[in-house]
Amino acid sequence: MSQFRGRRILAGAMTLIAAAALAGCGSKTSDGKATAGVSADVSGDTVKVGLLNSLSGTMAISEVTVRDSIMLAVEEINAAGGVLGKKIVPVGEDGASDWPTFAEKAEKLISQDRVAAVFGCWTSASRKAVKPVFEKNKALLFYPVQYEGLEQSPYIFYTGATTNQQIVPGLDYLKAQGKKSVYLVGSDYVFPRTANKIIKAYAAANGMTVLGEDYAPLGSTEFGTIVNKVRSSKADAVFNTLNGDSNVAFFKEYTSAGLTAARMPVVSVSIAEEEVKGIGTQYLADQLTAWNYYQTTPGAANQKFVAAYKAKFGADKPTSDPMEAAYVAVHLWKAMVTKAGSFDVEKVRTASGGITYDAPEGLVTVDGPTQHIAKTARIGKVGGDGLITEVWNSGKPITPDPYLKSYPWASGLS
Amino acid sequence: MTVLFGQLFTGISIGAVLLLVALGLALTFGQMNVINMAHGEFIMAGAYTTYVLQQTVTAAGWSLLVALPVAFAVAGTMGVLLEVLLIRRLYARPLDTLLVTWGVSLMLQQLARDVFGSPNVQTRAPALLTGNVALPGGLTVANNRLFILALALAAVLALTLALRLTPLGRRIRAVVQNRDLAAVSGIPTARVDRTTFFIGSGLAGVAGVALTLLGPIGPTMGTNLIIDAFLVVVVGGIGQLKGSVIVAFALGVLQATGEYLTTLSVAKVIVFVAIVAFLQWRPQGLFTLRTRSLA
Repeated sequence: MSQFRGRRILAGAMTLIAAAALAGCGSKTSDGKATAGVSADVSGDTVKVGLLNSLSGTMAISEVTVRDSIMLAVEEINAAGGVLGKKIVPVGEDGASDWPTFAEKAEKLISQDRVAAVFGCWTSASRKAVKPVFEKNKALLFYPVQYEGLEQSPYIFYTGATTNQQIVPGLDYLKAQGKKSVYLVGSDYVFPRTANKIIKAYAAANGMTVLGEDYAPLGSTEFGTIVNKVRSSKADAVFNTLNGDSNVAFFKEYTSAGLTAARMPVVSVSIAEEEVKGIGTQYLADQLTAWNYYQTTPGAANQKFVAAYKAKFGADKPTSDPMEAAYVAVHLWKAMVTKAGSFDVEKVRTASGGITYDAPEGLVTVDGPTQHIAKTARIGKVGGDGLITEVWNSGKPITPDPYLKSYPWASGLS
Repeated sequence: MTVLFGQLFTGISIGAVLLLVALGLALTFGQMNVINMAHGEFIMAGAYTTYVLQQTVTAAGWSLLVALPVAFAVAGTMGVLLEVLLIRRLYARPLDTLLVTWGVSLMLQQLARDVFGSPNVQTRAPALLTGNVALPGGLTVANNRLFILALALAAVLALTLALRLTPLGRRIRAVVQNRDLAAVSGIPTARVDRTTFFIGSGLAGVAGVALTLLGPIGPTMGTNLIIDAFLVVVVGGIGQLKGSVIVAFALGVLQATGEYLTTLSVAKVIVFVAIVAFLQWRPQGLFTLRTRSLA
């Protein structure tokens, strides 16, 4: 008797869990009638901007720092007199590592708070979720993270790297090091799957073998099988597109399987200084990363950025590529608005082409047609102190090519 | 061959984690018929205990050893508080324990967020547990996985012996089989309930310590584990420890085989389909508890 009652009760429990899961998955974006083209509220002597980052959940490890550096840029601009004489008021929202929540909060920032621009998002899944919201409302999003490319939207400025500024240089570097085979490990969503499609096309054209390809759900912590497969593949290197704190579990498993950078190096495209600190340097010693900026990048602009960030958030806080790209995004937006002489989205977009900024990573230029920016590619190696030092750079900013039109091998990708 | 052995070991180690996570639940749900949705948060409490001890006891090896009994006590105490304050009033209404403990689990998650912040945190494993044992033929088994396996087996052994041989264990079994008869025989059932809850919740804390060796620690880590834990207990047969042990390892090996032959996500589907099919065939689970209880 009692076990049958237990079973009925358990069925109830499972239903509740399923209901909770469904409630989380349901799209909560409003139907948007009469909201199209809401203009920013600039009537007073302030202008609002939206900050849309995951402050909780699996992506918080990465996104909290991005929010911090956006705040730093906002403060700097306010201290220097604001934008068009108006002080910036930041309005923060938590995307909670959940894509429907991102869309819902984006809608709220645009229609309710009437912000002039939104800065944020990290995963491609969150960007894809908010993209229709920004396009419908004709509002601006500044997206600060490297991504898989093959996308362009009139209402998004991409200040992180596209594939030809990060993944392709990463592969070029492996090729130059004589690595002939790679194993692909990624999180199971849009960025890693698209990135790996590009990597496979590159490999096919460059005499490199892809020995395997495995995906783990975002937030997954079981990497036993994947590491087992990677190890027995005897690949020359691993290309890692895992996102968030799955990296912690992956590198713990990788290290305990006896794999090291000397034996089988891992090139990561989503692990920056903040994540290195979180994962633990002992698990990442000498592993490689591909980005456009490191805390150690030389130059006066970076010294100023690093000093200002540490003064505000603590001496033990490192700066990273997405943080830098987010910081640069706010300054680029200011330059665009100033050049346009208006907060009007269409005028800002028209004014954007050719705008340059002396960024911590070096000079960056906005590419008008693609709304991406020209950036220098940098390969780095993780040191024992948790900082990443550059082992190679492209020498000059690389023009963004989100659809990889300049590479013959990429012609089949879309 | 190397791969086959590696996968077998992966499966066993997934099973060991499942077993640790489910063991406390096998006691509170299996024996007492209380659906404790906050079990996952007791695991989280164990993990955060490890984290806090690592901040204070600096040597990673010592802090982990200290964490095992401390986490047991912390999670166990939380369990007793839950039992005394809420569950005690609901023994006749199991479905209500589900709702109440679910509310408690959400509150505990928020509490963790307020105390430790919402980003996940990590602990350092002691040097001894980061390496691996090299076996002949190029085989390696990770030390942290071996440690978790040993911990799971030790916990099962300790629990089995306690239930079989100690007076407390006899009292627990008596209350499970027939609460009213046990009460009239002079067994203080309320105290037995509390002790059972302390042990079951404490085991969740121990599971939390083990999980810090594998991945990050976060406020929501319990929600993923609670479903796995219920699956193991139900498929094993409610009130049956040996069922939980067998099913945990069987599911682990099935998961690892599925992952190897297909992908991680497909393997999860395979495991769920297998469970549904099994419960169609044997709705009472692998083993059945024979009871004269009239409840």
